[in-house]
Amino acid sequence: MAESILGKLGFGRASGVDKAGWGRTLAVAVVAFIYFLPVLFIIFTAFKPQGDALLVPPTLSPTSLFGLIPDHFVFKPTLENFGSVFSRSMTPDGAPEATGFDRYFFNSIFIASASVLLALVIGTLAAFGFSRYPLKGNDTYLFIILTTRMLPAIVVIIPVILMFRVVGLSGSYLGIIMLYTAFNLAFTIWMMKSFFDELSPDVEDAARIDGSSGMRVFFKICLPQVIAGLAATFVFGLILTWNEFLFALLLSGPDTRTVPVAMNQAVSSGGRGTDWTLLAAIETLFLVPVFLVTFFLQNHLLRGVTFGTVKR
Amino acid sequence: MTAVSSTLLTPRLTAVVAHNWKLAIAVAVVVSAISMAGLPAAVSFWVVGAAAALVAAAFTVNAYRRHYFGALLVAPAIAVLFVMNIFPLLWSLGLSFFAYQANQQTIRFVGLGNYVRILTNDLAAHATWGALINTAMFVVFTVSAQMIVGFLLAILFAKQFPLRKYLLILVLTPMMLSVVASGVFFTYYYDPTFGILSYVINSISGNQFILMSNKVGAVAGIVFADAWMWSPFVMLLVLAGLVSVPKYLYEAAAIDRISSWRQFWMITFPYIRGLLMLALLFRTIEAFKLADLVILLTKGGNDTLTISYHLIRIANEQNKTSEGAAISYLMLFMVIVLTNLYLYLANRRTKGA
Repeated sequence: MAESILGKLGFGRASGVDKAGWGRTLAVAVVAFIYFLPVLFIIFTAFKPQGDALLVPPTLSPTSLFGLIPDHFVFKPTLENFGSVFSRSMTPDGAPEATGFDRYFFNSIFIASASVLLALVIGTLAAFGFSRYPLKGNDTYLFIILTTRMLPAIVVIIPVILMFRVVGLSGSYLGIIMLYTAFNLAFTIWMMKSFFDELSPDVEDAARIDGSSGMRVFFKICLPQVIAGLAATFVFGLILTWNEFLFALLLSGPDTRTVPVAMNQAVSSGGRGTDWTLLAAIETLFLVPVFLVTFFLQNHLLRGVTFGTVKR
Repeated sequence: MTAVSSTLLTPRLTAVVAHNWKLAIAVAVVVSAISMAGLPAAVSFWVVGAAAALVAAAFTVNAYRRHYFGALLVAPAIAVLFVMNIFPLLWSLGLSFFAYQANQQTIRFVGLGNYVRILTNDLAAHATWGALINTAMFVVFTVSAQMIVGFLLAILFAKQFPLRKYLLILVLTPMMLSVVASGVFFTYYYDPTFGILSYVINSISGNQFILMSNKVGAVAGIVFADAWMWSPFVMLLVLAGLVSVPKYLYEAAAIDRISSWRQFWMITFPYIRGLLMLALLFRTIEAFKLADLVILLTKGGNDTLTISYHLIRIANEQNKTSEGAAISYLMLFMVIVLTNLYLYLANRRTKGA
């Protein structure tokens, strides 16, 4: 009771995020840097000249940092690899050809964003329904939805391939977007339901008594409180869809091929073993969009208003 | 609730009104039957789809007029899941009772034959049980590593400090890498001749170090890579819980001089419990499906074959489609038991609190 009064006075919004100083920054920076090192190595590899990729000891830095790093650990950065992502010669002395990666990047962006947004819209509505208007056997429905996430993709894929072939959806955008939407739904519904469950019913009940319709309550009261949840779900869904490999490998046609599939083909074709600098360059470029989206949604992720204003 | 819903009677079958779902079903069944009999499969699919949409529309209007908001809100999600997931799942459940190979035309009913084979046949059962035990081991190791690392990272980031935003994104990046790229790069890090790990250990100990030469090393390598990639996922969920704890609760605790250990269990834990559960649930499910890293790092060597990779081999490389389906339902059964156990424990805690 005391809690809900405090909440109505606005105290509920003061979250438990304390301030800490630069000491904390330093400690976290060390941890974060170590955690980031394997990624940093991949990014640096993208800038290495081709012959440098497999040197022992490996070259580790593009600059000597004013003589701090010994010369044999330093490589000369080059942008060559990024160029060869989009156009390179496929035979030992052939002329450079377009690799089609511009198309693959567009496919990845289009398919991932369309399916994640669709799953977010459908899933949030469903989560609100499950949370506020429980059906008979609500938990059973939720559990069945969760089981769709439990089976390995390979099990679903055989019937889906047959189904798509019959219907004419194989290799089309619509087919793969719908499939990804379905696979994002389980996570979206469970995640958003846990956010809606945490909201206090007090404010909503008050609005209902004042005559607001169910729609209005949803859009004006509930949705603004779960923006952090929407952002988090969007980021997770995007990351999972962005990097999905198996479905994309088996269901995308030449026109709808996504980057992970094309990346796998590009680095392992030709029988000369892995092309490390090319792989690193593709991955570095591929990382940029999802990195930026996460970075800009981060404020929402961490604003500290994640859960309801009034705790039940 | 209102006058409308109480006076809305079920219409007669023949009444052409928008909420008469019985008539819609009757029309849909007749139209679908005719189109399936007389039209090619690709066309009749869309006709059946349109008929289903008609039924759905009638149900929608009916539900709206009767104020069944729950059903209305949930319906689109259920529809998508049904077409793209549940229907294919039932299809492969059916397949698991037949002897069927994707590269052959013949199909023969064998009942529970596939299940009996994978569980009792000398060769097949040996592989299945070995893979299951390995999977259980990977689930325990990777999930606990992710929960611990993720939790510790979340505690590090749970305060507001300068540059926090920029440091956080560094920690989140491993999760954003494509498994193809990061897995391949981990083979490089672990490589005995070119790899960084071997280079460092060689120069310290003087002996040739090969991580992947025995089972312990191979498992450690896979668990490390997986935990590195997915700990940020746990961290984000825990962090979302941690920052949502109202400040006044801590202030009250400080006034009452409650020890920080008790503060954690009494105040913090209840706020993050739900999200911790969600993280545990989804990470366990994903760990059960672990295959890509194993394929890239060891190809199942050194006794690291997981059930999911075993399944890919059987269903995709050996084309034993129906046997693969049987294995996956065995897997599903185990995951369902496990998740139900989790959910049961979580609910008991909630009710006890």
